[in-house]
Amino acid sequence: MEKFTVHTGRAVPLRRSNVDTDQIIPAEYLKRVTRSGFEDGLFSAWRNDPSFVLNDSRYDGATVLVAGPDFGTGSSREHAVWALQDYGFRAVISPRFADIFRGNALKGGLLPVQLSESDVAALQDLAESDPAAEITVDLDAREVRAPGLTVSFDIDDYTRWRLMEGLDDIGLTLRHTDDIAAFEASRPARMPVTQ
Amino acid sequence: MARTESARTVSARTMAEKVWDAHVVRRTDGEPDLLYIDLHLIHEVTSPQAFDGLRNTGRTVRRPDLTIATEDHNVPTTSGPIEDPVSRAQVDALRRNCEEFGIRLHPMGDASQGIVHVIGPQLGLTQPGMTVVCGDSHTSTHGAFGALAFGIGTSEVEHVLATQTLPLQRPKTMAIEVEGALPPGVSAKDLVLGIITQIGTGGGQGHIVEYRGEAIRGLSMEGRMTVCNMSIEAGARAGMIAPDETTFDYLKGRVHAPQDWEAAVAAWRELATDEGATFDKVVKVDAGKLSPWVTWGTNPGQGAALSSSVPEPRDAADERALEYMGLTAGTPLRDVAVDTVFIGSCTNGRLEDLRAVAEVLKGRKVADGVRVLIVPGSVAVKEAAEAEGLGDVFEAAGAQWRGAGCSMCLAMNPDKLAPGERSASTSNRNFEGRQGPGGRTHLVSPAVAAATAVTGRLTAPADL
Ligand code: SF4
Repeated sequence: MEKFTVHTGRAVPLRRSNVDTDQIIPAEYLKRVTRSGFEDGLFSAWRNDPSFVLNDSRYDGATVLVAGPDFGTGSSREHAVWALQDYGFRAVISPRFADIFRGNALKGGLLPVQLSESDVAALQDLAESDPAAEITVDLDAREVRAPGLTVSFDIDDYTRWRLMEGLDDIGLTLRHTDDIAAFEASRPARMPVTQ
Repeated sequence: MARTESARTVSARTMAEKVWDAHVVRRTDGEPDLLYIDLHLIHEVTSPQAFDGLRNTGRTVRRPDLTIATEDHNVPTTSGPIEDPVSRAQVDALRRNCEEFGIRLHPMGDASQGIVHVIGPQLGLTQPGMTVVCGDSHTSTHGAFGALAFGIGTSEVEHVLATQTLPLQRPKTMAIEVEGALPPGVSAKDLVLGIITQIGTGGGQGHIVEYRGEAIRGLSMEGRMTVCNMSIEAGARAGMIAPDETTFDYLKGRVHAPQDWEAAVAAWRELATDEGATFDKVVKVDAGKLSPWVTWGTNPGQGAALSSSVPEPRDAADERALEYMGLTAGTPLRDVAVDTVFIGSCTNGRLEDLRAVAEVLKGRKVADGVRVLIVPGSVAVKEAAEAEGLGDVFEAAGAQWRGAGCSMCLAMNPDKLAPGERSASTSNRNFEGRQGPGGRTHLVSPAVAAATAVTGRLTAPADL
């Protein structure tokens, strides 16, 4: 996983709430068995509308998505995270994230940043009035900085450390195989097996 | 994390806390708990990249004997092979992966094939007090048995395959107390749609919900699965219901039910939330106020009583939803005409659901020009329904009686809505394009779906 410490980039204002993962990437794109190249599916239904914000060339190359509340609801598809990353996003800012989406994003190194509704609205106003304005997402300092706005955000120490080091969760867990084996030895015998 | 481990074991605990604590492999300050997973369910859509990850790192599946796979999302519900080459390739990849890593698979045509959340309980693999995961958000269904069951992403699927554990922060707990009894004609689906309308799509975020109260205890296992299934639509990490005689009666005699039955039941009885345990959040729902429910918008929280009208939009999101749905505020919901009725999915594709549908369709005909798909959740459900003559009732009414699979719950197989087409659907998501690009979905109960099939407009059985 790519390390995340500090990222600076331009922002896309997505003024919608309840952006579900079916919108982020529709089911049709989920038939693929590979892990890259999902940028074509990102918001594919909405991109058919010429007035959709991603079709505005002033936001080409932007890397921070600033969205309304309840971002990433619905399906557990991690393809939603892959599509956002493949398109070029490094962070998503929203007043509230769905739990599974947030977990998936953190696994893949896409930073979900939760800010208050008013701070999110201020960032959206900024990105709309000045699409060239840059936003800095500083994981080290747990801070979002933009012209006229500096706000801190919450993230637990462990998750922050893992992202900053770019560590693979499986590798970390495999250091504890003795604990896993000990737990297995004490599991009740009545637990079902599939074979 | 205010409470310490020792304080937690001596004080009264909720069911979710008991199941969680019993699965902690490793707990260290400042790190997520490492939780053991008792059952890992797999399907073709969210697993291929996880198996690739294992191969790329030279890792193996730690416990193939705690893992089971089925084919469901891509499968056609008419007989014959998968025509779409991309869908077929995904199913083929699952078959190769299961073969290579020694995982039991129920492929198309197998007697135990079906939707992943239908076959786990049906085989008796889902039991009280277990941890169950699947790369699918509706894994919450299994919580109906008093299991802690939740959906995970593909990276986590790979993690469980490799280690049979997951590092997780313990969610908060929430009680949804359903007070009073459900009025006649109001089903588990109406109840859960009503709950989501009340608390919103983010209402359960960060929480494990325990459904409690008289109306919940009165539900069958099928009804409990319907309620827990849709926990995720209220944003909850998982939904749970305490196991009781209804649960034990359902499990007894199933293929994977415990050998030492009495000991298992005794252990399961200990799981219920202790007297005096506290939840982080409590919501009360008045069952007596519920009636047949239907969604009018593009998320499951945008719902209303079927007897009411399309509401006035409260914000821009409502306005957008009404525009997408092609609806005007003030229109009686009973006047809304549909093109398609879909009955099935992991929410309402079980035998009891099909019985409710047959009760309405018996001796009646589907309205002219309305396409009605009835899709059993598994091959076993199909066989049981046919043994009771339900299949004949459906066909005599003019409905299409299909094979098992996810079908029109999501547009990954040939069963889809055309752009602009409107459906009444017993599935769980009314998102834009969920049942096909441009399709418009109204979520309903099986009985309402059946009555709607008869009139061609959103209808409750009592209206017929
Ligand atoms: S029936 Fe629908 S919700 Fe259930 S597993 Fe299949 S696609 Fe997902």
